Amino acid sequence: MSRRFDTGGAPHVPAQGTVGGVMLQVLLALCPGILAYTWFFGFGMLFQILLSALLAVVFEALMLQARRQPLGIYLNDYSAVVTAVLFALCLPPLAPWWIACLGMFFAIVVAKHLYGGLGHNVFNPAMVGYVVVLISFPQALTQWLPPLAIAPEHLGLLDTLSTIFTGQLPPGLDWDTVSQATPLDTIRTSITSGQTVLEARQSAVFGDFGGRGWEWIANWYAVGGLWLMWRRVISWQVPVTMLGSVILLGLAAYLADPGSNPSPLQHVFSGALVLGAFFIATDPVSGCTSTRGRLIFGTGVGLITLIIRRWGGYPDGVAFAVLMMNMAAPLIDRYTRPRIYGQ
Amino acid sequence: MQSRVPEQAQDAGERLYHFHGGLNLRHNKAISCDAPLLRAPLPPCLFIPLLQHAGQEARPLVSVGQAVLKGEAIGQFESPCTGYVHAPTSGSVVALAAQAITHPSGMDGLCVVLKPDGVDQWIELKAAPDWASRGTGFLRQRIRDSGIVGLGGAVFPTGLKVDEAKESAIHTLILNGVECEPYISCDEMLMREHPGSVISGALVLQAALGARRTIITIEDQMGAVSQSLGTVIERAGHDSIRVVRVPAVYPEGGEKQLVQVLTGLEIPAGGKPSDLGLVCLNVATAAAVADAVIEGKPLVERLVTISGNGVQHPRNLWARIGTPIASLIDCCGGYSSNAARLILGGPMMGYALASDQNPMVKAANCILVLSDDDIRPAQAEMPCIRCGECARVCPAVLLPQTLHWQIRNELLDDAAGCGLNECIECGCCDFVCPSHIPLVEWFRFGKSEMRSLAAERGRAEIARERFEAREARLERLKHARRQRIEEKKQALLDDAEKKRRIAATLQRVQARGDAARNPLAGTKDDQGPGDPGKP
Repeated sequence: MSRRFDTGGAPHVPAQGTVGGVMLQVLLALCPGILAYTWFFGFGMLFQILLSALLAVVFEALMLQARRQPLGIYLNDYSAVVTAVLFALCLPPLAPWWIACLGMFFAIVVAKHLYGGLGHNVFNPAMVGYVVVLISFPQALTQWLPPLAIAPEHLGLLDTLSTIFTGQLPPGLDWDTVSQATPLDTIRTSITSGQTVLEARQSAVFGDFGGRGWEWIANWYAVGGLWLMWRRVISWQVPVTMLGSVILLGLAAYLADPGSNPSPLQHVFSGALVLGAFFIATDPVSGCTSTRGRLIFGTGVGLITLIIRRWGGYPDGVAFAVLMMNMAAPLIDRYTRPRIYGQ
Repeated sequence: MQSRVPEQAQDAGERLYHFHGGLNLRHNKAISCDAPLLRAPLPPCLFIPLLQHAGQEARPLVSVGQAVLKGEAIGQFESPCTGYVHAPTSGSVVALAAQAITHPSGMDGLCVVLKPDGVDQWIELKAAPDWASRGTGFLRQRIRDSGIVGLGGAVFPTGLKVDEAKESAIHTLILNGVECEPYISCDEMLMREHPGSVISGALVLQAALGARRTIITIEDQMGAVSQSLGTVIERAGHDSIRVVRVPAVYPEGGEKQLVQVLTGLEIPAGGKPSDLGLVCLNVATAAAVADAVIEGKPLVERLVTISGNGVQHPRNLWARIGTPIASLIDCCGGYSSNAARLILGGPMMGYALASDQNPMVKAANCILVLSDDDIRPAQAEMPCIRCGECARVCPAVLLPQTLHWQIRNELLDDAAGCGLNECIECGCCDFVCPSHIPLVEWFRFGKSEMRSLAAERGRAEIARERFEAREARLERLKHARRQRIEEKKQALLDDAEKKRRIAATLQRVQARGDAARNPLAGTKDDQGPGDPGKP
């Protein structure tokens, strides 16, 4: 008559989500942007993503093994894959294969596992990997392709693959004809050479409101990002404040001196700003957790990006801005704790 | 600012506010609401725990072999405000034995084991239909003596609550009919089927508290309840009672959240609703108060929801306190084949019971049997990824992930500074955590660690005070001894001085005498040392 039961702590109902589920949704949300990227710039990016993801999983497995952590559980959280995809999306599509090796090594081994693995990294691993290769090999990281629509030469699937793995372009081509400056590069060089932004914008690399091709990739990133927001995977604070601060300050600068400052739309729709706003600066582990903290974090990333773009040594500054705000995140969290009920 | 607060509290229920966070959970209430209310049959034996709420166990008033009537006091609490434990039926006491008492800790306690005689004979009931003219003292006495406790699950003695509220000017009584936890439907059924008891209880409590009005809060989807309560209120013309429907967001049934929803105000940390002139009681408590005061029936049974996919026929039952849970389950067709966990309370905050031999207690608003598919599987805990979902849903506006980290690193003082004690253990953070960290368990652990740390510090403080007192006492003694020696010395010195002066005077007198007798002598003697000038 008497029956015994297993006990357990409350709440008894299953939890809502999983870490793996969160990461998978992020990957899914990146898909439209990746497809748009491939549409505008060819197959290079797909190879970079596959290569980086493969390397990330290998490094992750090795480090888990070394740290005596269960492989199955942690490989299934897809966090390494998310890091890899975000890293790859920052690379030029034809970057040589060893760039991905080096970047993924620093991202997964150094920035992630040496700091304690998932949930313990102070810095965004993808951005650490990217900044390491950007600073160490600036040459390899500046060979950007123009959009296919205005490219004089198209590389096929196999040509792309062989370029990435041999570092050699197919016979008859050289980097000067294949690669072209990005919109942000173009603006930077023309301003330094005394041209106005309006004159610079005559270049074919510019589209309707941002960089040609880039503006539409950014739109598709935003679609994925908004979906994540709707799914409550990311909160609205960081994207809104990051884009908002760039638009507001960019607008002020543009109105003050349209000759030497690009329009705010130009800022938003070129470089990694939209990708950063929805996918990179929203990384929960290395960002702020409180609501007010996230407002400050997003604003900070936006402002630093703008400052680097305008006065810094690099055409884009999202990666540096994210890393700098990562450093500030614990302090911001410390001072933005919400008021507790009844206190 | 300070003067505005009570004013806003007086408008409680005029408009609805939000509280921070919370969850929209699936209700799962309908499955237990279809079957009509039923009184559970008498079991072969009742096990009535003498401890059913915080504090000391009641002292048994009966001995083995003694015959008792239904409603007779069988245990008495030391504290006068908490009253008595009563026999749930007539019969004879067969034992006073330690056994499981349906306690959250799973501990055993003293129970009166009662063998029913099947007659279910009440003691002589002292009905008081004229309660309204008897004065508040009588009402309070009845509430205290009838063993009434908060039936929403917190089981705080109602007598104590009413007595404490005497200190503040209470303007509004809030009757909480918001059962925000899934599955639980006993309050809904009570209000639907017995609206009269709830309304009578409201009137009695209103009088006992000196409150001007009552707000009965129910959930948005309790349309039938609203209708049945409304009919009674309208028919009797009780214009001091209002029914307010609030949107069902978990954990809105919590006292702090409900007050916030009705007034937009927060109960100050460490304070009570009475600080805002409010008293919150459960609707079932009000019905029990009506029975106790008007009919003279002490609290010996309550309505309980038996539900979950682990039970054949979920329903609500009137169950006597002390009925073994197994016999209540039998009354609902027994377990289904996949029954996996037995819970007292709801799925979010209830506690798991190891055996169905635990008796029915006053705290039991729901006995939930979950199936394998409903309970959280044993899964690996992942590291926190700081997603902040826990903070978004926390109704106490805490940062659960920070608290978790602090408790894990034994930074208990930091955790206390971040409001660990304000945690109401609602489980919202647990529910949304993608890393499946058992946050609430960590917080319970942290709270108990803090209590033992405080006790340890208290002991250390006492030891320090004792040491300092001893040092001070020794110092005082030393000082006193030194003073005594000084005084003695002084006294000796005084003695010597006196002797010297006497001697000197004598000498002078003698010298004068000598001089008189021999005027040629003595000039030298007159210049003796220090003539004090006075004899």
